[in-house]
Amino acid sequence: MTPSERQPETRVTAEAGTRPGRLLDLRDVAVTYRSTAGDVPAVRGISLDLAEGEALGVAGESGSGKSTLAMAVLRLLPRTARVGGEILLDGEDVLTMTWGRLRAVRWASASVVFQGAQHALNPVRRVGAQIAEPLLVHGLATPAEARSRVAELLEQVGLPGWRARSYPHELSGGQRQRVMIAMALACSPRLIIADEPTTALDVMIQAQVLTLIRSLIADRGIGLIMISHDLSVLAATCDRLAVMYAGRVVETGPSREVFAGARHPYGRALAEAFPTVGDFASRLAPRGLGGDPPDPMRLPGGCSFHPRCPVALPSCSWREVGLWPAGRTPGDAPPPDTVPSPHTAACVHVLPDPEAVPDPVTRPGTGAGPEADPEAGGADAAPAARPAKESA
Amino acid sequence: MTLLEARDLHVEFTSRGRRARAVDGVNLTVGEGEIVALVGESGCGKTTLARTLLGLERPASGTVRYGGTPLAYSTRALKAYRREVQLVPQDPTGSLNPRHTVYEAVAEGPRIHGLRDERQRVASALSRAGLRPPERFFPLYPHELSGGQRQRVVIAGALALDPGVLVADEPVASLDASVRGEILALLLRLRAELGLSALVVTHDLGLAWNIADRVAVMYLGRIVESGPVEQVLGSPSHPYTQALLSVLPDSPAPVVLRGEPPDPTRVPGGCRFHPRCQVLAAGKAAEAGVDGRCRSQPLGILPAASGPQVACHFAEGSRTPA
Repeated sequence: MTPSERQPETRVTAEAGTRPGRLLDLRDVAVTYRSTAGDVPAVRGISLDLAEGEALGVAGESGSGKSTLAMAVLRLLPRTARVGGEILLDGEDVLTMTWGRLRAVRWASASVVFQGAQHALNPVRRVGAQIAEPLLVHGLATPAEARSRVAELLEQVGLPGWRARSYPHELSGGQRQRVMIAMALACSPRLIIADEPTTALDVMIQAQVLTLIRSLIADRGIGLIMISHDLSVLAATCDRLAVMYAGRVVETGPSREVFAGARHPYGRALAEAFPTVGDFASRLAPRGLGGDPPDPMRLPGGCSFHPRCPVALPSCSWREVGLWPAGRTPGDAPPPDTVPSPHTAACVHVLPDPEAVPDPVTRPGTGAGPEADPEAGGADAAPAARPAKESA
Repeated sequence: MTLLEARDLHVEFTSRGRRARAVDGVNLTVGEGEIVALVGESGCGKTTLARTLLGLERPASGTVRYGGTPLAYSTRALKAYRREVQLVPQDPTGSLNPRHTVYEAVAEGPRIHGLRDERQRVASALSRAGLRPPERFFPLYPHELSGGQRQRVVIAGALALDPGVLVADEPVASLDASVRGEILALLLRLRAELGLSALVVTHDLGLAWNIADRVAVMYLGRIVESGPVEQVLGSPSHPYTQALLSVLPDSPAPVVLRGEPPDPTRVPGGCRFHPRCQVLAAGKAAEAGVDGRCRSQPLGILPAASGPQVACHFAEGSRTPA
């Protein structure tokens, strides 16, 4: 059985409930890249949804599948990718659209702000022409109308209209990122996917861009999916968070709750990775996880996180738990058939009885899991078995 | 005791016919076993300052001192200096030769300096950098390592020469969130075990809070505020430091400064921060009667003292005489 076929033993019922006004609905989406070395399961069954005017933050590190998931929404993946499940944009499945329909949907209904604006813009064309391009291609404006619309869009992202005549190299990093956002807004889409929109920007420019993104959601009711590895940035911008690890969502819920009270140990590690200045618990005590993200081609058995997990139980090496209601405090998780909690986590520790093993095999009731390698290098000290597949 | 020191350092470049004052008068010290964070936005001159401290740029005026001796710029003196002060570059993937094994990457420094016991040096550097057992890593190539392991190899390369100071330029900026803490913990452990000093150049205030003893905030070629981390980041005096802290996620009242970081070819008169200063814009400087000085009177260069220092007319004016 390949890792992509392996199903977690429990599933939260929250996914079955329908919420009104859904802009985007991902149902059991899986993406596998075919390579000469074998299949690489990058996204392994993800169900998420997004309403109009809502911002969803997707957190995870390189190789977690978060960018693959985002690109899958508009079918922007390379030919080697096989996509399964359903991606419903306004109720219409993106995966079964004709090319003509897909072209109409891209930019007009949903657009992407790619990471690294310096590489996504054409260096030999003026930025105004690049912003106008989707308008002209979609026949939404005449060249004259497009010019005034470009000026309007630049104003909206806080750049003077004359900047339309600039080339990308004449702009700073923050300005280029705002040009990317203006481009994404050009056709008034209802969904924007922003892939690491502020990575590589300074704190002050990052604050400017985030303020802009927040005001766009509030003023126009745009739905936003924002992808980042920085949970603190996502928590400050988005209503809900989904934490991804090894191609699965391992925790999801209201931003504040996930950021301040993550129940999955990986969610907790991400939340602690960026310390709050002034919090004396983190002063001269950086916190991180030992080990490295797993190679998608060789996922560990059981819970994919167990080799790095500081609170793993013996059963975690063979038992995989799906998303369960996580509630606010340990111990009060409602049984899965009652009203679902919006905060869910895929960890044995949110189950009513983590030690109760659903298997005829009886296991000794050990209190704690195996200790993490006390050697400071931890699992990091072991050479990777294979070339790391994830790009930096 | 002071190990590495910048004394009234000025570094200039010519950019499109204009003189850019990248480092415009800086005093800074790194003591023995001390970790100092140099923070600021891109373009503020922090990387140029770090490069000058490494002997990679020659200052227009002022001196770099190591152990009290001014740095000479002869080939021989620079070679000797680089055994003592080592760079940990920003992007481990870009700074490792993809066709060199881990062993060759770490052995390069000891070979250049003609040091004996190469194999033992490499092994001990790798294990101090947390790659254990080191022999298992010797034959591996960079593409066989994870991002965190590559950064450890780069740090091992610096450690192989037994330096006194590491100058780390954004040591974790290109690493994943979960690996970040481990690399920062490594820098703290090296300080505890080897008494190693470090100057960490970063735009990340959280990083300074995580590992630094002292912090220096740089704006447009000058240090505008410096002192112990708890004091500078806990109760900042300079409006620029206050603004940088206020835009961190989670902060209650963000002060988003308008505009991009300014241009070192056009340093404003008076206080160099005054065109973007939120305290001046809100009229608080006028209330304190210092707004005229903010616009016209340049501030002095801060001394390299270890206590809290601030270069701001308003902060100086409102400070109660102790």
